[in-house]
Amino acid sequence: MLAVGCALTLHLSAQETFPVNGVADKREGCYAFTHATIVKDGQTTLQDATLVIRKGKIVSAAANAAIPRDAVVIDCKGKYIYPSFIDIYSDYGVGSPQRERTGFDFRAPAQLTSNQKGAYGWNQAIRTDVDAGKVFSVDNAKAKSLREAGFGTVLSHQKDGIARGTGLVATLAEDKDNLVILKDKASAHYSFNKGVSSQSYPSSMMGSIALLRQTYLDAQWYKNHPAAEGVNLSLQYWNEQQGLLQIFEANGKWNAVRADRLGDEFGVQYIIKASGDEYQRLKEMKATNATFILPVNFPQAMDVEDPNDARFVSLEDMKHWEMAPAAAGLFEKENVPFCLTSADVKDSKQFLTNLRKAIEYGLSENKAFEALTKTPATLLGIYDKVGSLDAGKLANFIITSGPVFKENTTLYQNWVQGNEYDVKNEGWAGVSGSYTLTVTATGSTPKTYNLVVKGDNAANIINTDTIAARFNYDGKLIKLSFSETKKSRASIRLSGVNNGTIWQGNGVDTAGNAVLWTASFVKAGEEKADSSKRKQPIRLGKVTYPFNGYGWEQLPQQQTLLIKNATVWTNEKDGKLEGADVLVKNGKIAQVGKGLSDAGAVVIDGTGKHLTAGIIDEHSHIAAASINEGAQSVTSEVRIADNLNPDDINIYRQLSGGVTSSHILHGSANTVGGQTQLIKLRWGVNDEELKFKGADPFIKFALGENVKRTTSQNNNRFPDTRMGVEQVLVDAFQRATDYRNALKADGKNARRDLELDALVEIMNSKRFITCHSYVQSEITSTIRVAEKFGFTLNTFTHILEGYKVADKMKAHGANASTFSDWWAYKMEVQDAIAYNAAIMTKVGLNVCINSDDAEMARRLNQEAAKTIKYGGVTEEEALKMVTLNPAKALHVSDKVGSIKAGKDADLVLWSDHPLSIYAKAEKTIVDGTVYFDREKDAQTRVQIAAERNRLINKMLGEKKGGASMAPARPSFNVILSCGDHDHHDGLITIDTGDDE
Amino acid sequence: MKKTFLHIGLLLLLTGAVKAQDDVYPAKEYKGKLFITNGTIHIGNGQVVENGTIEVENGKIVRVGQNIPVPAGDVKVFSAQGKQVYPGLILPITDLGLKEIANGVRGSNDYRELGDLNPSVRAIAAYNADTRIAGTLRANGILLAGVTPQGGTISGSSSVVQLDAWNYEDAAYKTDNGIHIEMPSFINRPSRFAIMMGAGREQGDATKQALDKVESIKVFFRQAKAYLAESAHKEVNIKFEALKPLFEKKQKLFVHGDQVKQMLAAIDFAKEFGFSVVVVGGSESWQIAPLLQQNEVAVILNDQHALPSTEDDDVDQPYKTPAVLQKAGVLFALNDAHDESRYRNLPFNAGTAATYGLTKEQALQAITLNTARILGVEDKTGSLEAGKDANIIISEGDILDMKTSLVTKAFIQGRDVSLQNKQTQLYERYKYKYGL
Repeated sequence: MLAVGCALTLHLSAQETFPVNGVADKREGCYAFTHATIVKDGQTTLQDATLVIRKGKIVSAAANAAIPRDAVVIDCKGKYIYPSFIDIYSDYGVGSPQRERTGFDFRAPAQLTSNQKGAYGWNQAIRTDVDAGKVFSVDNAKAKSLREAGFGTVLSHQKDGIARGTGLVATLAEDKDNLVILKDKASAHYSFNKGVSSQSYPSSMMGSIALLRQTYLDAQWYKNHPAAEGVNLSLQYWNEQQGLLQIFEANGKWNAVRADRLGDEFGVQYIIKASGDEYQRLKEMKATNATFILPVNFPQAMDVEDPNDARFVSLEDMKHWEMAPAAAGLFEKENVPFCLTSADVKDSKQFLTNLRKAIEYGLSENKAFEALTKTPATLLGIYDKVGSLDAGKLANFIITSGPVFKENTTLYQNWVQGNEYDVKNEGWAGVSGSYTLTVTATGSTPKTYNLVVKGDNAANIINTDTIAARFNYDGKLIKLSFSETKKSRASIRLSGVNNGTIWQGNGVDTAGNAVLWTASFVKAGEEKADSSKRKQPIRLGKVTYPFNGYGWEQLPQQQTLLIKNATVWTNEKDGKLEGADVLVKNGKIAQVGKGLSDAGAVVIDGTGKHLTAGIIDEHSHIAAASINEGAQSVTSEVRIADNLNPDDINIYRQLSGGVTSSHILHGSANTVGGQTQLIKLRWGVNDEELKFKGADPFIKFALGENVKRTTSQNNNRFPDTRMGVEQVLVDAFQRATDYRNALKADGKNARRDLELDALVEIMNSKRFITCHSYVQSEITSTIRVAEKFGFTLNTFTHILEGYKVADKMKAHGANASTFSDWWAYKMEVQDAIAYNAAIMTKVGLNVCINSDDAEMARRLNQEAAKTIKYGGVTEEEALKMVTLNPAKALHVSDKVGSIKAGKDADLVLWSDHPLSIYAKAEKTIVDGTVYFDREKDAQTRVQIAAERNRLINKMLGEKKGGASMAPARPSFNVILSCGDHDHHDGLITIDTGDDE
Repeated sequence: MKKTFLHIGLLLLLTGAVKAQDDVYPAKEYKGKLFITNGTIHIGNGQVVENGTIEVENGKIVRVGQNIPVPAGDVKVFSAQGKQVYPGLILPITDLGLKEIANGVRGSNDYRELGDLNPSVRAIAAYNADTRIAGTLRANGILLAGVTPQGGTISGSSSVVQLDAWNYEDAAYKTDNGIHIEMPSFINRPSRFAIMMGAGREQGDATKQALDKVESIKVFFRQAKAYLAESAHKEVNIKFEALKPLFEKKQKLFVHGDQVKQMLAAIDFAKEFGFSVVVVGGSESWQIAPLLQQNEVAVILNDQHALPSTEDDDVDQPYKTPAVLQKAGVLFALNDAHDESRYRNLPFNAGTAATYGLTKEQALQAITLNTARILGVEDKTGSLEAGKDANIIISEGDILDMKTSLVTKAFIQGRDVSLQNKQTQLYERYKYKYGL
């Protein structure tokens, strides 16, 4: 029998530099663990084997290993020994500073440069100076909780900032800091989250990406020690860290893709830390070629009893609740490599429970074991030290009551570097069984009882009655008290010790007399079955693309379509054709005419219906993870393309309103905003596939109240007036001009500046501007700045006073994209008039009507129709304002915007006149693929209701089963907007415009 | 005697001299007879009279129907041949005249008072009859509005105004028609920062907080009721006095809220105090429409052109909510609270409702007669029926569809009001500049 007590730490190889205060106490720490089932590694399991360790290392693990004479022998009969686990994503011993809120506050004063003291770089979120080895300190409490989950080794780093410095590998021994570090500078870490940095930039996803991209370039440039930069330790450390294992905390399926794409630009393959929803896009995850770090925190079932609360829990959240435990299994099935981490599990006690759940949901035990041992050890280059029980490796192992991933298996002990740490010794000795208890009061006849021990804390006395005794066995000492009959209140109270097969001790009987007692073993108890109730087979819903109610199980396919006998609004010379046919093949319009036929075509009857080109929204903010990078007045380096979000439900909603292309613009928080992205509303595809291929690149500029931060009480960011706005532009383009010259003169040594690159592209007519603008003064002065620097402002957007300077805009060559009837929502639109579009059209401008609003985008045809009412624009011209004219403004009129053979088959079939409020889009077609079909939509609604009902009942089943439930949490939907005006969102929508 | 026959040209409003808004005068009272002839007359109660005539005398409708003779003599006659004639539209809940420029111009805002319990605060006291917005509403057929305060829990009283007046006393159509309360939310809304940080675990129990708040409002009303039972007071409580018309059933209680639980609390409120309750907002009302009908709770749908409440909702749910209420027999009206187009799209909100399940006449009723009933002015307006004020509009085509909606004439109390406004004037100014 092993005497188990508190962990006893041995300084196995006490360092010479440390003086000893007292008498040296050197020990070899030699142990032999006999008769165990030893799982050496994923391939090798030894039965009835012996593990021998000495000086913190494994001497041997074999069936017939010789037991050294000086070994302390520990009998592990019936027990299992595994190498302890490795957590590759920990901040053990270094900690991570916490921040209460992050993000850009439109009204707060800006912090434009870093607050960090020292010769570091300009941005406070680049923390390459953080070296885990310099801040690491053993944390006994945290070590204990990690050991309880089976871990023996961790990779630890400080989880703060966008570049986070280096990580180190340490064991979880409670020893000197010096002795537990296995590998310093083992890894370099990154994220998209600026953490506690108080600096304003970056304030968005695309800003974080842009900062990393620029830092890669700057670090490269810094290698030549440019004099102008002086000493920049941040870049120096960055360069030093490039040879390490590169780990990126992406957290989320699209973030994983974003991180990987960034790495690809610079030849870096990141290990990607996941958040748990990545299984929803396995194909994209596999394509990253990354090894993933998967957490095993799963959402709790929600209490959806009250239908008024359940209503606000989305199908998406419920589906994720159901499927999250299957994530690791799905990764395994798809052969995407991964490690497992306890990082996101709030209570590390939950780790093994959740891991077992993942196994129940399809993860193989072998893979789970590998993901916690060999895979991380190999990545970290420490498989020679940990990860298996081979001779020479560290004595890092766990002892369990049975197979480690089985539900009722107890983790008894976790040995780290040859030190024993008890986790739970209850049951180690296996005291369950029947005993004969003999109690003898002095001078009396001994009394005997049948004692049935059911565990370390439960026992019955069985005579005529079965009486529950109060019993406790702590591994050595025994406490037992019981009444002789059920009715009796008085107890016999005994205390004693386990001497192997005989227990003995003293006590007091019911009368208060002193007694002595013994208990002798009769027979063993029965093993507890693995699970009390029979498991239901696991039934899961389907992964849909996107992962919500309106997603597809199978993406719709391009078809050959023949739309017959419709009123076709061609937007071409032919004008409006009555009773015409349109043939669509291979994603293109093949033919427009009458009496067309095609044997292979799906025929759509257009009788009584109207066919138009798909609506193009020149100004939209849907389908992105962030919209505004407002931390600086010039942010031309940020790119909407870096952070598209193909899951945005507003894509589907806008398809239902006939929109087929949207120009996703940066917001209006600053004068020179970010690079925009034209997309097609291909609902269900991934972020890359969403892009409108072959379109010219654009960028967003903004003028006026928003960029001078009118609503802020304490603006400190230049500009504060329209005078300053003009100067921001002059300055930016002057710097860009000088930069262009410097590149020409000294291309190799000049610092590549992504902000100025974009401006140079503008001056070279390679990138085009959409400029948010309202009043005539700012329109005119911006035109003059453009003329000074030799470029044209492609489009003025909003442009509600465009009617006042339409002649100047025309002379300059600008397009106009405006609202139909907005006004008086702020000072700069007090002179806005609904006749604006009509006047600008009549002056000869190419005029578009845009939405800038996720709701109104669904009714852009109606907004266009208002130009008939306000100013007498013709019907065909009105329709062009939301189709052909934006196509022209966006330089894609050769591909979209009209119905003409050879153009993309982006089409809408309307139930009625397309400019009438009574018209509904019945089918919306992008590239010859029907992405919205009103009949299919009706079926989808039925399916959503059924699937919601199934999942609500499943959650309630958990509740009935006694599971702990989270309160029903509304699935808030974040809508991004430019911060220019109010939007008409749903009840549980969080509009960023509310903050900005 | 001369018979004035005015032909309504398509763009009559745009002819004549260019005037600044300050030269647009409220129309003078017209004593005498006025006929609108040969129009398609939409009564507002669901009926349509083809080729009908409306006879008006001293600002009141005398008769509506076919074959009404137009006497010779000193009468005004407006031909509505080929045109659509409707009751003046009513914007039920608005900050019109209280908020000239929405954002960034604090000085123009008079719609939200400080304090939590403000039953005595009166919107009419701040109503700016010269608001530039009113002209753009008249031009789209909106002739009356319920000017409503916001803020706090009890926001104050609203008044119905007509939109062609020199000052607020002139404008007042029904003063202090209702008391408005903001029902507390039963859902915690985390900040977007919390959401983006993945936190979102909101603090506190929203339901409990909301119920506590509701109880505190009830306590206030109970005390008011007790106070009002005694007529003599050494110290007069102005707040309690302001609730007197409500307890005397001369006012309605307008409860602002969208969530089902807010509406259930409103029903409970009606039960305890016997108030006539109107829900304002009501985006979730489609879920409990029969319950609202059984409890005689009326609904003003604030935001017809909104996104659905949840990701899983039917994509057109807000568009078809009116049809659900109609089917259940709920008395409801449509509003336009759109802060950017500034309320002028009220007819198109009704148009959308007609696209998604209402008949056009039902949709019209939701911006005319139903509204008048809910605001308590159905004895004077809301339909083209004998005895009511001659609040009438004439449109070139279907007023609910922007493709055809073009108001060419509007009468308030029989007065032929101007359809010019700041926007038409700026239009003229710049047509002049460009020679268009």
